[in-house]
Amino acid sequence: MRLPIKSGWLLVLPFLLLVGGLFLGPILNVLWISVTDPTPGLDNYAQLGSSDTLRRILWTTLRVCAICTAFSVILGYSIAYAMVHATGPAQSRMLGLLLISFWISVLVRTFSWLMLLGRNGVVNSTLDALGIISAPIPFMRNELGVLIGMVHYMVPYAVLPIFAAMQSIDGRVVQASRSLGGSGAQTFWRIYLPLTKPGVVAASLVVFIINLGFYVIPAVLGGGKVLMVAEYISVQVLITLQWGTAAMLAAILLFGVLALMFIMSRFMKLSTVFGGART
Amino acid sequence: MTKGNGSLCLTSLSKRYGAFTAVDNVTLQIEKGEFLTLLGPSGSGKTTLLMMIAGFQDISEGDILLGGVSIAQTPAEKRNFGMVFQGYALFPHMSVHDNIAYPLSVRRRPKAEIDARVAEMLDLVRMNGFAKRLPKELSGGQQQRVALARALCFAPPVLLLDEPLGALDKKLRVEVQAQLKEIHRRVGTTFVYVTHDQEEALSMSDRIVIMQNGRIEQVGTPADLYQNPKTAFAASFLGKSNFLHRDGAVFALRPEKIDLSPEGQGMGANKVSGVVLSVTYFGAVLKYQVEVFGMDPIEVDVDAWRSGQALPAGTRVDLTWSDSAAVRLSDQSV
Repeated sequence: MRLPIKSGWLLVLPFLLLVGGLFLGPILNVLWISVTDPTPGLDNYAQLGSSDTLRRILWTTLRVCAICTAFSVILGYSIAYAMVHATGPAQSRMLGLLLISFWISVLVRTFSWLMLLGRNGVVNSTLDALGIISAPIPFMRNELGVLIGMVHYMVPYAVLPIFAAMQSIDGRVVQASRSLGGSGAQTFWRIYLPLTKPGVVAASLVVFIINLGFYVIPAVLGGGKVLMVAEYISVQVLITLQWGTAAMLAAILLFGVLALMFIMSRFMKLSTVFGGART
Repeated sequence: MTKGNGSLCLTSLSKRYGAFTAVDNVTLQIEKGEFLTLLGPSGSGKTTLLMMIAGFQDISEGDILLGGVSIAQTPAEKRNFGMVFQGYALFPHMSVHDNIAYPLSVRRRPKAEIDARVAEMLDLVRMNGFAKRLPKELSGGQQQRVALARALCFAPPVLLLDEPLGALDKKLRVEVQAQLKEIHRRVGTTFVYVTHDQEEALSMSDRIVIMQNGRIEQVGTPADLYQNPKTAFAASFLGKSNFLHRDGAVFALRPEKIDLSPEGQGMGANKVSGVVLSVTYFGAVLKYQVEVFGMDPIEVDVDAWRSGQALPAGTRVDLTWSDSAAVRLSDQSV
């Protein structure tokens, strides 16, 4: 008896069922709830126009994500630049440190920031003991705290695509600019930065997309004062039990991320075009 | 069209990396408007020397003078030397026009002047009509011409070229050599050219500097170096040579300066007898390997058309040459 499909598919069938059943299923369920709970229709989406709270939360989310992306990418660019220009062993050590930070749980990192920068944290108590400040500096439980935590978490994600873009630059192109009379600044702005642009765009989108779904860091370091979409969804699901609103926000996040991924895929293709153009 | 004085003077120039000496005590005078070639095998220090002149390598010892003024401490972008890199190093994100305009645009020249100058340079390298292309849309030879136009655009007193023809195939290379020589004649800029290809060096240069192990072996015009090599290295790197040991000295003898005739018919100031080991036909020449008792096999080039039928291996022959054909070397041993 011949099977209607190649037998190789049978090997991946359990995996396909797992993805389909446990991943796509719930997502479709969320989309379904967003247009049926509590009543069928687009009422949940209409809240976006009527509810100030929702609009404020979305605005906070976008603002925090944008600021965090900007800082992460600028810091990531400097780190990647240092890594590209480091010599063999030093470069491996830097890459190692970067990867280690990927392996440390976000919870550990978040609470470490609280211990460092909280009201009674190491920094405030030291400054207080030295008599430099009279009242603790409010680093945490506000937007600043959320930004510090998020930027710290996201910098490694920003470094890697930029590092890859910098590594693919032919050093002679930079020398050519200098030999033709370009100053250091002119060489950077007119040659180096444009050639690393695909890496910067990729890093910005990766960081922004991951930022959109952040839950732990805003919840802990924001102290309830910086309400972002992920935390608000959790509140709707667990406390106020407004699943329709929660599902609607989740759907908005999902489509926003998909739209950004689509843009990113265009730029990634562009980056290979850039890579192919090198002589 | 060249600005400034393009004469370069290198005095006791050295470059050390720890215990390794890449460039060893090089002293050289390069005249204004000269086409000078640094010729040597890889690792001879020729590229390091060029990078020191360009300002991309620090100088360990010695000085570089441009028109009598030291530029040893001047950064690369202030030296105003044009440079054509191995692999061309065109800016991949800029059009041909913007690549060539770059040296003028970083000097903040007015747009009208830049456009006129770029058109002039495109004309010089015969690339009119390619201004809007990106480098990746050009062939290797075209990229090479754009790189040349870009390096000459700001009328530098000195143009440095680092194996610019290395990536081209042989036929195209001969063509570009002629164009390069013609451009050199038209612009009058001092050219300092690095290559490991002896034919390139012979066909284009006013003077050749043969380098080995970071040192200068010999400097001279192509004809002078070819006819009067001073060392065994110079004699074997530029063209081919047989080495003869006579009276405690070493002589270099070019294969084409030896006459080959059947045994007993040879006439000349110097004569040895031997047996043909092999003969190879190269179209214009026949290359013989001749076994002579008590010597290394001697290579002899014979004009294939004038000599007629090749003598087969095993034939006994006489080799003769005039006194002036053999050049006494300063080396004591080879």
